[in-house]
Amino acid sequence: MSQISLPDHAGPIETVWHYLYIFICCLVFLFLIAPILVIIPLSFNSEPYFTFTKEMLSLKPEAFSLRWYQDFMNKDIWQASIGNSFFIAFCSTILATTLGTIAALGLSRSEMPMKGLFMGLLISPMIVPLVITAAGIFFFYATVNDYVPLTGTYLGVILAHTVLGTPFVVITVTATLSGFDHSLTRAGAMLGADPTTVFFKIIMPLILPGVISGALFAFVTSFDEVVVVLFVASVEQQTIPRQMWAGIRESISPTILAVATILICISIVLLATVELLRRRSERLRGMSPG
Amino acid sequence: MSEQLTTVDGRPLKAALASAERTKRIRAVLLVMPLFIFIFFSFLYPIALMLYRSVENPLIAQHMPETVAVLENWDGKDIPGEEAFAALAKDLVAARETREIGKVATRLNFETPGLRSVITGSARSAGKWEPPYKEKFLDRRKEWGELATWATIKRLSPTITSVNYLAAVDRQFNVDGEVVMVGEDYRIYVDLFMRTMWMSVVVTVSCLILGFPIAYMLASLPLRHSNLLMILVLLPFWTSLLVRTTSWIVLLQTQGVLNDLMVWVGIIDNAQRIQLIFNAQGTVIAMTQILLPFMVLPLYSVMKTIPPSYLRAAESLGAHRFLAFWRIYVPNTLPGVGAGCLLVFILAIGYYITPALVGGQDGQMISNMIAFHMQKSLNWGLAAALGGILLVGVIMLYWLYNKLVGIDRLKLG
Repeated sequence: MSQISLPDHAGPIETVWHYLYIFICCLVFLFLIAPILVIIPLSFNSEPYFTFTKEMLSLKPEAFSLRWYQDFMNKDIWQASIGNSFFIAFCSTILATTLGTIAALGLSRSEMPMKGLFMGLLISPMIVPLVITAAGIFFFYATVNDYVPLTGTYLGVILAHTVLGTPFVVITVTATLSGFDHSLTRAGAMLGADPTTVFFKIIMPLILPGVISGALFAFVTSFDEVVVVLFVASVEQQTIPRQMWAGIRESISPTILAVATILICISIVLLATVELLRRRSERLRGMSPG
Repeated sequence: MSEQLTTVDGRPLKAALASAERTKRIRAVLLVMPLFIFIFFSFLYPIALMLYRSVENPLIAQHMPETVAVLENWDGKDIPGEEAFAALAKDLVAARETREIGKVATRLNFETPGLRSVITGSARSAGKWEPPYKEKFLDRRKEWGELATWATIKRLSPTITSVNYLAAVDRQFNVDGEVVMVGEDYRIYVDLFMRTMWMSVVVTVSCLILGFPIAYMLASLPLRHSNLLMILVLLPFWTSLLVRTTSWIVLLQTQGVLNDLMVWVGIIDNAQRIQLIFNAQGTVIAMTQILLPFMVLPLYSVMKTIPPSYLRAAESLGAHRFLAFWRIYVPNTLPGVGAGCLLVFILAIGYYITPALVGGQDGQMISNMIAFHMQKSLNWGLAAALGGILLVGVIMLYWLYNKLVGIDRLKLG
């Protein structure tokens, strides 16, 4: 029996309050989700408007079209952006996941000295305002440019995005490791496995759900990032968010709605993956399945 | 005396244990090191570099060395003598030849608006002049006869300066070297900091008011149902920030969905569509929706741990349902409330993208001003000083968060 169901002895005030409460919750959920959902039908508008036309509301087939998706497919700049976004996000995810997972293994050991300080510093890229991070990286790249060209290069953007992605990996992997039974690694070592074998045969399969969700967070962080790109990238590294940013600021065209719909579909897939992983991980660790 | 315990190979047990523990410690540190070194070089050092930018001031000392040397002994009471003007002429001509005069002029202009043309104009003419210079400078631009001009140059002579931080709080040095408020029309930054704080508070409170009921609902429903509703919270969390900002533009603009709906229902007339976005209010609405998941998730994870039997116990002891909720349940949720509020406030105070896109005139926040000085006005010193102040605020809140909640307990979905 749940707390929010109405008891039999409820008086009229409580009954009214109860339904009012449910109504308020529905409104809040609507507030959360409506802005995302409203974009999807609008992206099929055959007119260049950002609102529902009369024809759309009466569900006339000629009011709907795929023209904004065609526009997205035919414009070289969008195609280049999507390629860049995937490339940069992919590279920085690999880097962030590797570095973050290794660090999390160290951070979750009880012998780690000054754990709080290190954890605080390694998580800080998530907390420091993006503009400050971007400005710092901009100045840093400008000073080292003579030795390693980083401003306006893929490498520069990838490294900056790696910085932003690692905190998520560290958090998710240390969370997974918190329920980790360390006698398993000792058992492995006792049975003659060297540390590398122990890592790949025992630790990795158990923390994999955490690693993958960390990687997905890192991927989304890079894929959605625009401030650092604005500060250190050149036109060559145009990404989807950068292109959307320009589109919203300068000439807003419904193509953006088509792109947004595609991005929403991507995030639904990512969310579903993370949820499945979370449940799998909880099952593996003997917690109740959702 | 008892025999000392030893290991098989004869080492004292104590020493063997200590060395084994040291090896373990070193191993743990070695695992953390790669990421730490990476974060140090590509995050911590760059931020330190930015903070240094906010106080360093090499330009004037570097490109006007003669003038700086002469002005060192200047008491600031009268216009300096011929010696200073001769040094000035030499510096300006030299700076013009190395093409650095523009930077010098811009730097002085940030401090005292109007000086740019004085510097570049005089530098153009100074090449043709013969000594004595004083009269010629005074003829060319009357500003050279003003104490303020010379005071500005003298003030910017040291290579470490506090002018950026003073400018960031709407203060400056006057001719006598005292710190005073800048002119009425130039006072923008203190107001902007205040507005940023105020908007962040409004966003945080709105998130709490909206987030509390749904977190309660999620925590009280059986898992099967709450997991379904949780998706409604998590989907926005995973959706691109730019997509959500775009959605709000589509929903709230004057020709947008919400206004159309209100006209259609008949709440407002077609002619009186409401400006809901491209102002502070639009920014607050969009930011509330964007940051709401960061409030709901910590609240939910705390509420999940409160046993429902507490409420039942209170009710069976005679408390009214509402009283039991207020006196028993709400105090138990306070750790979640604190965590959620701090997190939302920290994230809100540094927000850039949403205010930039939907903020219009009065919805801009301090991050937008930093970006403006970084990219448009190129006053990097001031941008760094504004960033430094913002950073100190955020670090204090972060420290508090770590103290109260623990950073390792940050929940991500």
